[in-house]
Amino acid sequence: MRGADYIVKRIVFALLTVFVAITINFALFRLAPGSAVTNLARVPHATPETRLAIKRQFGLDKSKWQQYWIYLGQLFRGNLGVSFANSQPVSSNLRTALINTLPMVLIGTVFAIVLGTLTGVIAAWRRGTKTEGASVTTALAFYSMPTHWLGLMLVILFAGVLPTGGMSNEFLLNPSFSTHVKDLAEHIALPSLTLGLVLYGEYTLIVRSAMLETLGEDYILTARAKGFRAGAILRRHALRNAMLPIATLIALSLGYIVAGAILVETVFSWPGIGRAVYDAVLQRDYPMLQGAFLLLTVSVVFFNLVADLLYFKLDPRITT
Amino acid sequence: MSVVLQEPAALDDAVPVRSRRGIVWETVKRRPSALVGAGLLALVIVGAVLAPVLAPYDLHEQVGPVFGRPSWSHPLGLDDGGIDMVTLLMWGARISLVVGFAATFVSMVIGGAIGVTAGYFGGKVDTILMRITDYFLVIPDVPLMIIVAAIWGPSLFHIVIVIGILLWTSTARVIRAQVKSVRERVYVKRARSLGASHMRVVLRHVLPQVAPLLIANTVLTIAVAIFDETALAFLGLSDPSRISLGKMIENAFQRAAISTGAWWAIVPPGVLVAVIILACSLLGGAIEDALNPRLRVAHLSARTFRLRPLVGRGPEAL
Repeated sequence: MRGADYIVKRIVFALLTVFVAITINFALFRLAPGSAVTNLARVPHATPETRLAIKRQFGLDKSKWQQYWIYLGQLFRGNLGVSFANSQPVSSNLRTALINTLPMVLIGTVFAIVLGTLTGVIAAWRRGTKTEGASVTTALAFYSMPTHWLGLMLVILFAGVLPTGGMSNEFLLNPSFSTHVKDLAEHIALPSLTLGLVLYGEYTLIVRSAMLETLGEDYILTARAKGFRAGAILRRHALRNAMLPIATLIALSLGYIVAGAILVETVFSWPGIGRAVYDAVLQRDYPMLQGAFLLLTVSVVFFNLVADLLYFKLDPRITT
Repeated sequence: MSVVLQEPAALDDAVPVRSRRGIVWETVKRRPSALVGAGLLALVIVGAVLAPVLAPYDLHEQVGPVFGRPSWSHPLGLDDGGIDMVTLLMWGARISLVVGFAATFVSMVIGGAIGVTAGYFGGKVDTILMRITDYFLVIPDVPLMIIVAAIWGPSLFHIVIVIGILLWTSTARVIRAQVKSVRERVYVKRARSLGASHMRVVLRHVLPQVAPLLIANTVLTIAVAIFDETALAFLGLSDPSRISLGKMIENAFQRAAISTGAWWAIVPPGVLVAVIILACSLLGGAIEDALNPRLRVAHLSARTFRLRPLVGRGPEAL
């Protein structure tokens, strides 16, 4: 098979990255100021015996290497520790949060990709016209806005029209299925729109420059000389080739989606991963923070891997 | 080093000698938006630097009711502490810019050093450094910033360092690529064979060639750094005693400016951040555009269809 070792190489790299992230994760929280025991026990004047007991309980009397080894072992078994805030296992907390985050982020991203590709292609095709100017200016404006601030602007705009916080109306008693769905859809609208608008700006700019590059190629000229219709040239000749850089850049922007989700969920009190990170920061809930960071890293690494493999499949020129 | 010292003299001549002024001129000519960006940025910087002189009121002085409405004496109203918004904006922009510039400086030093070292020495050094860069590129910046900032505790210095040590990756990659191509040029090889030290070659020959690109990258990074500061501040991770633009948004959000209807406390700081980011993007993008020969090949869009001139455009057309 073509480039089997390319695929293996990418997968190994992804696994190594996750390993590095795990190690950073382990090391960072041991660099926290103050002794770990006082941090954990939250008792400023504990007796030496209590301290020793806590130390034993959390395995902090062992050497750093032993601790690291135990940490890796537990992680491998899916044990992310226990949240300081609600004493639930971090992994179950994160699972609930992830299920809440996914639909919101997904809707926003799809919205951004569709709108961004559309306006980007139009901008490139109508190069030098007012249409391009308007499309690029709008995109740049949305790209420049701080995510959470845009969210707050939407809250001001839509206050009273759409719900601006939470995931569902808690005062609906025994709602029918359709009311429940409508309620959820109303709640998801603003957070998704915020994320979508911020990403849309970036995607428009990316798609436009990728399209400009392909539109300058000789085969476009050939296609035009053959008398193909504009739409066919755009779709079959230009966009297909422009898809390569677009796919990579969209994958690379996933890291920013993660960041955006944290801000958006904070604004709209959406009970997802981002909100979990925010709450964990406020409550200094280190196990949650650690777990959430690991989850975010793993997902970004995973999508990068997917993008790499996709790129490989899309572009037959890659052989190494 | 007896290799290619005599051969491509012609190619050496063909490389257009572009002075600094030439690059500035070319940028402006090709992308007038650069002027807009530079103008906006200059305006914000002047306002921020002159805050002690120009600010109409004292930064800590309560001059009216909480969330006072905009009026003639306070064109943008008052914030949650009854402090004049115009004054706050000027001082806030000051802190935001300081964080943006300082963090960018940190990341430019790291990214520049790694990029130059990797590109100049190549081989194993290159491989190792680029691997490290790859790892950093994939790890999501903002969550890591949040964690580090949360662990270290809120202070301006920590924020600068945290942002700085995570933003250098793209710089390192861009610079490395450029250095690799500069290193192969004949005058660099000549300098080496004349006995110039690595240090001298890098400082005298490589860095000046890479400088414009580094500047473009710096301007673009400032935008990201300021955005990150705003985000960290919004999550309550910035220095509570220093009012930055991000801190202003956070304060207004936390003290329920929206439900009070005090839009003037929350709209202006966001607009200002957006203006700064927009200005940096326009300026940085334009410089990058003027420098990147790949982008310079006349983009033949469907409407202005011309044959691409293949001769007489210098080495980029080849």
